[in-house]
Amino acid sequence: MANADCIVIQGSNMAECHPVGFQWVSEAKARGAKIIHVDPRFTRTSAVADKHVPIRAGSDIALLGALINYVLTHDLWFHDYVMSYTNAATIINEDFEDTEDLGGIFSGYDVEKGAYDLSSWAYDDEDDGAGDGTDKHEQGDEEREEAGGDKFGSGGAPTGASEPRCDETLQDPRTVFQILKRHFSRYTPEKVEEVCGISAADFEYLARAVTENSGRERTTCFAYAVGWTHHTLGAQFIRTAAILQLLLGNVGRPGGGVMALRGHASIQGSTDIPTLFNLLPGYLPMPSVESDSLTEYLGTIGSKTQKGYWADADAYTVNLLKAWWGDAARDDNDWAYHYMPRINGPHGTYQTLMAMLEDKVDGYFLLGQNPAVGSSNGRMQRTAMSHLKWLVVRDLNMIESATWWKDGPEIESGELKTEDIQTEVFFMPAATHVEKSGSFTQTQRLVQWRHQAVSPPGDAQSELDFFYDLGRRLRTRLAESTDPRDRPLLDLTWDYPLTPEGEPDPESVLAEINGRFETGPDAGKPLSSYTQMKADGSTSGGCWIYTGIYADGVNHAADRVPGREQDEIASKWAWAWPANRRILYNRASADPQGKPWSERKKLVWWDEESGRWTGKDVPDFPVDKDPGARPDPELGGAASLHGDDPFIMQADGKGWLYAPKGLVDGPMPTHYEPQESPVANALYPQQQNPARVMFPRKDNLSAPSAGAPGSEVYPYVFTTYRLTEHHTAGGMSRWLPYLSELQPEAFCEISPELAEQQGLEPFGWATIISPRSAIEVKVLVTDRMTPLRVGGQTVHQIGLPYHWAVGKDAVVSGDAANDLLGITLDPNVQIQNFKTGSCDIRPGRRPRGAERIALIEEYQERAGLTVRTGNERITDPQRELNEDPKRPHGEGQSAGRSTARGAGTAVREREEDE
Amino acid sequence: MTPTDRFADDSHWDHPHERRGFFTDTSICIGCKACEVACKEWNRNPADSDYELLGSSYDNTGGLGADTWRHVAFIEQSRDRIEQARESGRALVDLGMPRVGPPAASSSAEPASGGCGCSSGGGGCGSAATTGGASTAQDGDSPVLDTPDFRWLMSSDVCKHCTHAGCLDVCPTGALLRTEYGTVVVQEDICNGCGTCVAGCPFGVIERRDDGLVEPKTQRGAAPMPDTVKVPQDGIAQKCTLCYDRMKDDQTPACAQACPTTSIKYGERETMLESAQKRVAQLHEQGKTEARLYGANPKDGVGGTGSIFLLLDEPEVYGLPPDPRVPTADLPRMFKRAGMAMVGMLALGAVAFTAGDRS
Repeated sequence: MANADCIVIQGSNMAECHPVGFQWVSEAKARGAKIIHVDPRFTRTSAVADKHVPIRAGSDIALLGALINYVLTHDLWFHDYVMSYTNAATIINEDFEDTEDLGGIFSGYDVEKGAYDLSSWAYDDEDDGAGDGTDKHEQGDEEREEAGGDKFGSGGAPTGASEPRCDETLQDPRTVFQILKRHFSRYTPEKVEEVCGISAADFEYLARAVTENSGRERTTCFAYAVGWTHHTLGAQFIRTAAILQLLLGNVGRPGGGVMALRGHASIQGSTDIPTLFNLLPGYLPMPSVESDSLTEYLGTIGSKTQKGYWADADAYTVNLLKAWWGDAARDDNDWAYHYMPRINGPHGTYQTLMAMLEDKVDGYFLLGQNPAVGSSNGRMQRTAMSHLKWLVVRDLNMIESATWWKDGPEIESGELKTEDIQTEVFFMPAATHVEKSGSFTQTQRLVQWRHQAVSPPGDAQSELDFFYDLGRRLRTRLAESTDPRDRPLLDLTWDYPLTPEGEPDPESVLAEINGRFETGPDAGKPLSSYTQMKADGSTSGGCWIYTGIYADGVNHAADRVPGREQDEIASKWAWAWPANRRILYNRASADPQGKPWSERKKLVWWDEESGRWTGKDVPDFPVDKDPGARPDPELGGAASLHGDDPFIMQADGKGWLYAPKGLVDGPMPTHYEPQESPVANALYPQQQNPARVMFPRKDNLSAPSAGAPGSEVYPYVFTTYRLTEHHTAGGMSRWLPYLSELQPEAFCEISPELAEQQGLEPFGWATIISPRSAIEVKVLVTDRMTPLRVGGQTVHQIGLPYHWAVGKDAVVSGDAANDLLGITLDPNVQIQNFKTGSCDIRPGRRPRGAERIALIEEYQERAGLTVRTGNERITDPQRELNEDPKRPHGEGQSAGRSTARGAGTAVREREEDE
Repeated sequence: MTPTDRFADDSHWDHPHERRGFFTDTSICIGCKACEVACKEWNRNPADSDYELLGSSYDNTGGLGADTWRHVAFIEQSRDRIEQARESGRALVDLGMPRVGPPAASSSAEPASGGCGCSSGGGGCGSAATTGGASTAQDGDSPVLDTPDFRWLMSSDVCKHCTHAGCLDVCPTGALLRTEYGTVVVQEDICNGCGTCVAGCPFGVIERRDDGLVEPKTQRGAAPMPDTVKVPQDGIAQKCTLCYDRMKDDQTPACAQACPTTSIKYGERETMLESAQKRVAQLHEQGKTEARLYGANPKDGVGGTGSIFLLLDEPEVYGLPPDPRVPTADLPRMFKRAGMAMVGMLALGAVAFTAGDRS
């Protein structure tokens, strides 16, 4: 980021939420970079940016899509880069139909399933689906249930053909380039004004800043955080930025990219070696019940004949199995593949919640998580926990998820009675980060070792110690078992050496993750690169992307050569996955012939003399592959990558302007309104993401959108977020006086206009009512909140930090903002929409006890809410709901066009009604 | 001006160490308050709060005091005020202040290079103009910037460690000490809590510590507190030590160490002054004429401060006195007057005596 010439921070309040990383934005600014902050609120990030552009929460695709349109129509795209490094020229399946044809929906939508069949989005391929097993992965509903879009974290989904048909002239209307151009053609500055509330002048400023700071000599960087992810189409927000950055040639280059600002110290690490239901270490997918054998499972990842490094998924998987089950993982038992748990549907946190409410879950472990405060619809969260038989809370403090049964809001309202709750709650004190050794993987994939500073107090334990101990106890208890279902547990390699204090040595875990030679002359020695991994059992390794971190038996995460003693890449400070590479896809920092695009932005290049890639960073490319190489596609894997295929994890080696697979809600981003929105979708008759995950229940009601009857009852938009002074749900900050005194009370931020309209006094009390709950907070009236003119109406946004909660143990408490939120999820990654909701606000404190429930219900009745409200999948009144999604192509297209016209009329009529 | 601490002045400086100080550049402060927390943690200062919103933007600690030695102010401003600040900053430059050579040319023996000669001598005077070298700061040369509609100022305040320190001057017990680094600290074992220094500080920095509590409220009044969490130095005068204890070990003060954007810089005072002057010149070149230095002027009422600030508006906006003055500055004049009065009285007495004699 320090090397960027322009940084657009959007969907992130970086200075407040990532203040340490923000030093690099400060550094870039000091070097002359332009910093632009696009956000609903003027925050501490805006305060130090060159420009703040207020935006309506949830409308980012409309803005980014218009930037794409601007770049395409003004011919500002980086021709050499786009032609060589992206799939712009690739030809798409003739069955594909765009949102332009179908009123805001792509081809393949199945109304009954509420999901897409992805097959019509594929690359054009004569041998489509022949024998590579990928056709199993085309059902959007299955993919959604397994959060399939999340599986290819560092790569792409299999595409079938590694050499898809192309038209290098880009003239074919079925090329990605033409499809993209058409798709985004309606994303104009006028629409930006209408949808986002951003003036034409501000749009022009942004568009010029981004395009003038892109190209051979300059780079622009985007930074986002949960302001982009926490939506019903969050994955597509990020896709839009990725497409823009590819068009501008800002990927794989210094100061470019789309920087995902990961939250906590090791959130990146927790997806690399995941705490997610659908992933295994190194972004291998969790096996599905349908994959009966290792071969079938590997077929879902990719084929040996596809391009790039996912062709070696067999080696990564076998090494993982060997690391976990050692000698019990053998060639003759499919490397213990059958020991793996397999999933048969979504097992995300919200599906688990629903199962809890149905008494289908006995026990629940909460490890560094406070769902009573931090998750959507807090009332459902706490109620669901009361259905458990047992609950284990491992935390630093007695958080609300451990005390809801005695002093939670439902006890006050009388919905729950302590004496009736059967849940047995165990609180296990946890060691803090300074009380244990281990590693943090931060946002830039840098793995940094952390040394223990003090011993944990009392009974507090590290996670490593706790789980090692738990495993040991379970294994002891099962030692005599002959039940085959206990074999996976009994055969685990559970043999970590202990420290003098009796805890497992964290470095031995790192060594296992790194991997080692199991047989041969080097048996027992650490691997130094994942390319050494073999699928024959001769090597093992717990997470292929981390291989090399323990090369030569040295803990490279603990490397600590100060920055002033090395060059800017600072490769001797900690270790970045993969292969200590600091910028991914950095082959793209050189032109197709291997020369840097410019002296100013040089990073890696082809050295003709030595016949190798070299440079400042570790080249992200087969090191001896000539830029002009055009190997036989039959070779498969890295060997079949062309010399100008920088995106080495993609099955075609190209950056995807269009995603033929991997996403379940569209191959290109499309603007849909949030689940609850004050306005109609001004771009399409389809209001919301038709593939979003919904939970239509009485305890999870939604407000009507877009001026429908009842929407006036919840006229304002609220958005929830963090402050610098607190840590998420407060478990690490509300118990600390030094932090609590900095932000002691729950508050909302509103504009002076809204305060006047609703009679709200500065720093007085306000009650905020959503279809789910009613909370009280103090009122901070500030010019930092701006009412926006959107689609002919004024939209007021209410800012709500969510750190406080009802309880008696913390230094400070207050109502929990997340109680207001409903549960609707992004279909790709099952993430909740935290960032937009509809509400009302009025002066004064909320009613106490049962009267609070009465207030919520009075609002619900007045708005006429039912479980169907806001939960219709298809909102286009002209669209035949029972139309056959599998209708023949030609017919569909004409039908689609007439549909779109009809829908346009309907929208206009609706607007006039308002 | 003859302060009682005659060694305070740099011209009398004969310690082996250069004078140390802070340069707080508020133009890059992100208001994270890490400085406040790091300071409290390192110095084991108690929390200082009723745990209620103060009603002052994001500021809930209010100001410097016995327990809060770094404090971040938050000021929300509209377009009008920004224009005024830009104008007042420009005016400081236009005041016909002496132009001096580049900072590099100024020797440490001549700290007057930061001086502006502005008659008020206030800390708020824009030493901006004096930044030589880079400072073409002819205002005609500054680009005209679009004025934003709104801005949010953040500034981390701290003890100024004045050249002529009022607190030190008035302390009757000698508890306040000028260290070998030119900083001012309280010797906790000597201070008797008389509180004279509180009135002696023109910035309102030093304060006597109450009996605060560091426990969460639920634990208050329960088991007796272990000694380690009892409020230290209860009842005596307290203020920033510029982390004297860390300094002696060649460590950076806790606040500067924690600052993620280098808004708080620490080092030899002379170096701090130079970088402050460079920075203000740079901002003026960018058209940000609202930038000005505070505490950089050795001719102000406290002889310049060890903690220099770059501000983006008048000092009053940040709650800083525009014209701080060490209370002892008037002592000589007062002594003179008192002396004259005494002579007069004696004369009168003598006259009365002789007159009486005559009667």
